[in-house]
This record gives sequence, structure tokens and C-alpha cells, in this order.
Amino acid sequence: MRVMGSETEYGIHAPSAPGANATMMSARVIQAYAQVTRQRAAGGAETRWDYTDEEPLHDARGWTLERSEAEPEQLTDRPPALDAEAVALAYGRAELDHDGEDESGSLLMNMVLGNGARLYVDHAHPEYSSPEVTNPRDAVTWDAAGDLVALAAVRRLAADPELPPINLYKNNTDNKSVSYGSHENYLMPRSVPFGEIARGLTPFFVTRQIMCGAGRVGLGQDSSRPGYQISQRADFFETEVGLETTIRRPIINTRDEPHATADKYRRLHVIIGDANLSQGANFLKFGSTAMVLSLIEAGLAPRIEVHDPVAALQAVSHDTSLTATLRLLDGRRVTALDLQWMYFEAAAKLAQDTGVADAVDGDGHTHAVLERWSATLTELDSDRAAAASTVEWLAKLSLLEGYRQRDGLEWSDARLGLVDLQWADIRPEKGLYHRLLARDRMQRIVDDEAIARAVTEPPSDTRAFFRGRCVSRFGSDLVGASWDSVIFDLPGRGKLQRVPTREPLRGTEALTGGLFARHREAAPFLAELLGLPPGS
Amino acid sequence: MAGQEQQQPQSRDTEVEEDIPAPPAAPEAQASAATQGVDDLLDEIDGVLESNAEEFVRAFVQKGGQ
Repeated sequence: MRVMGSETEYGIHAPSAPGANATMMSARVIQAYAQVTRQRAAGGAETRWDYTDEEPLHDARGWTLERSEAEPEQLTDRPPALDAEAVALAYGRAELDHDGEDESGSLLMNMVLGNGARLYVDHAHPEYSSPEVTNPRDAVTWDAAGDLVALAAVRRLAADPELPPINLYKNNTDNKSVSYGSHENYLMPRSVPFGEIARGLTPFFVTRQIMCGAGRVGLGQDSSRPGYQISQRADFFETEVGLETTIRRPIINTRDEPHATADKYRRLHVIIGDANLSQGANFLKFGSTAMVLSLIEAGLAPRIEVHDPVAALQAVSHDTSLTATLRLLDGRRVTALDLQWMYFEAAAKLAQDTGVADAVDGDGHTHAVLERWSATLTELDSDRAAAASTVEWLAKLSLLEGYRQRDGLEWSDARLGLVDLQWADIRPEKGLYHRLLARDRMQRIVDDEAIARAVTEPPSDTRAFFRGRCVSRFGSDLVGASWDSVIFDLPGRGKLQRVPTREPLRGTEALTGGLFARHREAAPFLAELLGLPPGS
Repeated sequence: MAGQEQQQPQSRDTEVEEDIPAPPAAPEAQASAATQGVDDLLDEIDGVLESNAEEFVRAFVQKGGQ
């Protein structure tokens, strides 16, 4: 359908070490996973991140923010040094020790994984950025694989008697006014004007939470008002369009870092979504958004403008009855469901006209997205119990309502806050989403085996295949990798060999599988890849 | 021609098992089964919830994020 990917910042907590430094703990998580993969792959499966092409200050509206005007957290194009400044940024008690050091003596903050993903310390959280995939089903698979990566690190730390156990949560807020992100990325042609993207997406982003919100106990950034709302993130958004991701969060983020051929592509960086454990919700989040981008590219997005989108976003999130109406600039009043139906109808028509949803000749994914999109909207309107097997905020709400009824709990009761938090614990025996999944109360889109394979296997149909295979096969010959490069350091050669991967749909199994099959060693592999004479 | 003969679907069992649908439960029975399901679920979750909810939730403090 479209090149896409996910980023998950996990909430991190060591119950037995309150006040532990969050950046240090996050580095331990990365380190723990490095130890796991060292066990799995001889030669070491971890590779350093290459920062050459990071451009966090490029704005999609056509300018670049001066470094001096940027917030320190926006400077993501430099390797994070775990120095006094980084520790101070994380505000916690420093616990520098030498357990987590690699051979060169510095803490490992960044890894490229054999499945093509990136695992690293982002500010004060461990983050998993999925490999590039081409459809929402794969997006769900490799996003869920990230939860297994995180789980492997948690298990490793739990087995270490020297270190406090660390819990990771796939959620987006601590309910004490801090939020951390779950981002989506979509590849788009550069030729689509950014204003059209913002106009077309804003009403969609204000309302898609009714399908893919993860649910949250508490209202307001600091949760000071009791209640339940649809979205984890909505209360943390303060502006309509902007470059920042950590403060003054915008509904439409303008970061313009394509990680690809810049005059052809833009990478749309979406920061408004909730992290989803529900596979159905995650599938619909990626699938419906990808289809709305196709509408925008075709100039066929519904001509709708919502009055005061930030207030509307929060009003929708706070209305679990789904009956509140939003004012449009043309004077109409519509519900969030009405608005989603308008996008659905337009997307379904475009898909029919272009044939992508055809059961035989279609792309194999659009049909499933449309079916699920319409079924979910219908169920949200008339059969909420059925919707609760995929719509995460409803599944969580029905659990919370069970507690409220059985034990007569008010929304301010700490046990409901704990249910909300523990919903997102990634450990299957502790995480409440996982308990519901085990009882088949949550729908599976992909089977457990496919997710387990995706922990080590890259997607076959993007450049992530090349990156992941290079890491798995030639890890000890690599000094770095990034979204758009893999860097080799071969013994006996004077200089590093950087292989650019600027085209997301090249480096696939179809294009490079034979190369990997022919060469077990990095030198002849690279020689054939780059067309060098043997032995040069 | 042999290739055009209708192939009988192969079955591992020679006996044909018929799906006999269970008689529909009375509405009250369905409702109480659903309540039972929720009660079971809550009982299970009581067993995995962290102890001391108030302290656990209060201690979950995160630093900045995107």
C-alpha cells in the first residue's frame, strides 16, 4: 500500500528502585537486549547508529530551525553521550556504573537489529522504531515484534541478581503531566503540498481516536479531574501545526527528515496516535491513515474544516458516548462518527475507482482495511460489545466498568489507575491486555508465530531487508547503520565503506536475496554489490 | 476421462460427524454466563494486579518524552 513504520517509546519503571535515573535505566534495557542478541547471533547482532543523515530541524514548511533556537531535546542528530548533561536532562539520581559498557568503554545507547529495526535510548525512554513495511498488517506484526524485543530485555534484567528488575509499559502518559510518544511514519511523494496534507489530515486526526484510542483514566494532563477518556495523548496537544514533538505538541508535525531521496519523498511524521496493544486498532490506525494520505495525494480528501481542532480533539476524547458534535467552519455540526464516515466513503470510492480494493486484482490489503473500518464504525454506533474486541479504549473501559460495578469504585480510585497502567505492562503474565488476549477477548490480526519470527526476520519488501540481513550476517564487519545507510569496516581496508540505501523500496529480498545467498563473507558480498573487482 | 471424474473429498475419519448445534440458551442463562465470564476475568486480574495500588501508581513517574 505505502511504505510505513512505527515508533514506540516505552514507559519505564523499576518498582524496587524508586528515583532511579530514567536514562540510565533505558540504557540498561538496550544493553540487556544486546546481551540477548549476542547469545543468539555469533559475532554480535548490534550495530551502531549512523547519524549522518539525521535532520531533526528541517521543517516541512520549507525552512530550518537554527540550532541555537532549538530545544535540547530536538537535537536528535548527535549521538547521545551519557554525560552530566544527559543525566541532568533526565533529572534523576545518577547511577553511572560500568556494567553496561561495551568494548570501547561507552554505554550502548543505540542498536540496529537483525529485523531492520532500531532500538535506542530516546530522552528518558527505551524506544523501538520498527523496520519499514509496506502495509498495515506488516506494521502490526513488526510493531508487536518490538514488544517482544522489549520483553526479552525485561526478562534478561529480571534474571540479573545485580540489577533491579525493570518494567516496560506500552502506554503514553504517567498521568502526572508527562507524555511520551508513539509515532507513525508514512512515505509520501514530495510533490504533495504540505498545506494540503495538513488540511486533509486534521479533521481525520481529530476523530480517528474513536477507532484507535487506547483509553485513559483521568482527565487533563496531570489527570487531576476524575473520569475516563478515549485517548492517551489528546490532552497533551496544544497547537495545530509545528516542528516540536516534546513541547507545544502539534496535531500535524512538520519534521522534514525524509531518510530517503529528499527531492522525491517526504516522510510524514505522525505524533498524535496512541500506542496500541490491540492489533485490530493498530491495523486500522495504519490502514485508514494510509488511505487518507492517498485521498490527499489524489486531491480528493473531504473538504472539511473543524473549528478549533485542538479543543475538538480533546472534546472527542472526553466524550465516550460518541454523541458530542463538532462545529465545522461551514456551520454544520457533526459527530466524530459522522466525520469518520465521510472519510471512509471518500476512501472507499477512491479505492473502487483505482481498483486497489479489488478482491482479485487489488493490492491485497485495502479491501481488509475498508471492511474493518466500516465494521468498526458500525459497531461503535450500534454494538459496542462487539467493538470491544478490537477498539482498545472500549476493551479497557469494559474492564474498568466491571471493577466499578463489582467493587463500587469511583473514577478517582487508585485501583482503576492501576488497571489503566497495568493494561500496558508488556509481560504477558502481568499485562491486562495480554490477559484478555489469552482469553480471546481481543482479536488477533496476525498469529503469534509471525510476530515471533519478526523479532529476528526483516520484512522482505523494503530496504529493511538489506539492513537487517547485513546486521544478522555481517554484524562484526559493520561499524554503523541507519535508515538510509549501512557502513562496513572490512579488515585490511583503509577506509569505511558506506552503502547508501536512499530508496525505501530497493534492497528488498527480490533484489538482494541472491546476493546474500551467494556470499557468506562480507568482502566478496560488498565487492559484488558495489561492482568492485575481486580483492580490490 | 479420469481427470474429469468427481473426486470425493478425502476424510481421515470414515464416519461423518455432523455438527449438531447446541440448543440456544435461555436469555437469563446467557446473561448470567456473561456475568460469570466477567467475574472470572476480574478474579483472575485481582490475582495479577500489583499490590498497593495507590503507592504503585504514585511511583510511576516518567521523565520527558516526545
